[in-house]
Amino acid sequence: MSYNWNWGVLVSEPYLGWLISGTQWTLAIACLAWIMAFTLGSLIGIARTTPIGPLRWLGTAYVELFRNIPLLVQMFLWFFVFPEVLPRDWGRWVKRDLPMPEFTTAVLCLGFYTASRVAEQVRSGLNAVPKGLLAAGQAGGLTLPQIYRYILLPLGFRIIVPSLTSDFLAVFKNSSLALTIGVMELTAQSRQIENYTFQGFEAFTAATVIYCVITAIVVVIMTRVEARLRVPGLLGRQQGAL
Amino acid sequence: MFTHYDWNAITANLAFLWDGMVLSLGLAALAIAGGMVGGMLMALLRLSSFKPFAIFAYLYVNLFRAVPLILVIFWFYFLVPVALGRPVGPFYSALIAFVLFETAYYCEIIRAGIQGIPRGQMAAALATGLSRWQAMRHIILPQALRNMTPVLVTQCVVLFQDTSLVYVVTLRDFMTSASIVASRDFKLVELYTFAALVYLVICLAGSSLARYLQHRTAMR
Repeated sequence: MSYNWNWGVLVSEPYLGWLISGTQWTLAIACLAWIMAFTLGSLIGIARTTPIGPLRWLGTAYVELFRNIPLLVQMFLWFFVFPEVLPRDWGRWVKRDLPMPEFTTAVLCLGFYTASRVAEQVRSGLNAVPKGLLAAGQAGGLTLPQIYRYILLPLGFRIIVPSLTSDFLAVFKNSSLALTIGVMELTAQSRQIENYTFQGFEAFTAATVIYCVITAIVVVIMTRVEARLRVPGLLGRQQGAL
Repeated sequence: MFTHYDWNAITANLAFLWDGMVLSLGLAALAIAGGMVGGMLMALLRLSSFKPFAIFAYLYVNLFRAVPLILVIFWFYFLVPVALGRPVGPFYSALIAFVLFETAYYCEIIRAGIQGIPRGQMAAALATGLSRWQAMRHIILPQALRNMTPVLVTQCVVLFQDTSLVYVVTLRDFMTSASIVASRDFKLVELYTFAALVYLVICLAGSSLARYLQHRTAMR
């Protein structure tokens, strides 16, 4: 194995700047996509547990559709296909006037995709609330919205915090797919440094370490959140939050 | 809505796309086989009472689960030729990346399965005079594997979807073939819609199988 080591490349310009900018894009895509996924996914997850048939059906269809098409294909569908099948004027607006088209598309695509995963977690959380509580709520004269507001949602969301942590971590990793439509996020920047300097070992090590640090920070924060939100006496800590 | 699109671009290139699908399925099959064997070994290391083994497996799993698959593919696309001193082409480096990456995920599934078996089973096996290894081989693993089959199938579907990522090293799988035709004939809408439908049908079949197995396991 012949290889010229040069770790100095990582702290020299412009490469250090590339890594920092890549990290910022990764964080921006992941955080915005997560906000969108959490909101949309919660609504869809709730829809799947309601006694209203069409809502349940729509929720199921959404989850099955978005979970069974590879994320890369979805990325290309939003970026290349979606503007073409829109009405002509809208399509032209998307293609010409959408601000930061690659970034915006990546966030939307990742948000819609992750929403399907969040929806599954929310559904399982709501289903995990003991049935006796539901019956008690009904017996106490609560309406369906009140049962959701005061019983199901507060407990359901606390139950699924550990699984949501793993979905949140997945968003950071999946944001790397934005490079396929031209966003220069962390993985893309490390590849670019390799292409420019042939120091692949150093470049990929840097990216790997940054991803590990992001993961570690999220895990530390979420462990505290989990400890605070755990429902006493209901469930133990779930294994494998990573 | 789709009437003014030219769907002949797909039929004219079916043979080319089929070659890509063969590569996708082949890569997925080899990665599943390698990942399951690796995951099984890694899970046994992870649960080993010999601390250095357990720590190694813990670090391995958490390292691979912290980084994106694309980065792992780039790593081995770069690393394998440097390590061997000669070019090996994208297929083998991608295969190595997938096997090592999936090992971490299968390890966690198998570990959860093994830990889901009641402790009494192991105690009873040891009490009848089986060795620890015999107990694992004849008592624990058969039950654990049956319980985790639905999750393993789901992971296979995820892995099959992930094979599309070899696009980043221009290995000609189904997705890459579709994108080659799409940009050469300028038929982006047709080809990407077609690719999405093909993946959807295959993965829906896999997901349904997982759900069916889930119901069957739950009933027992």
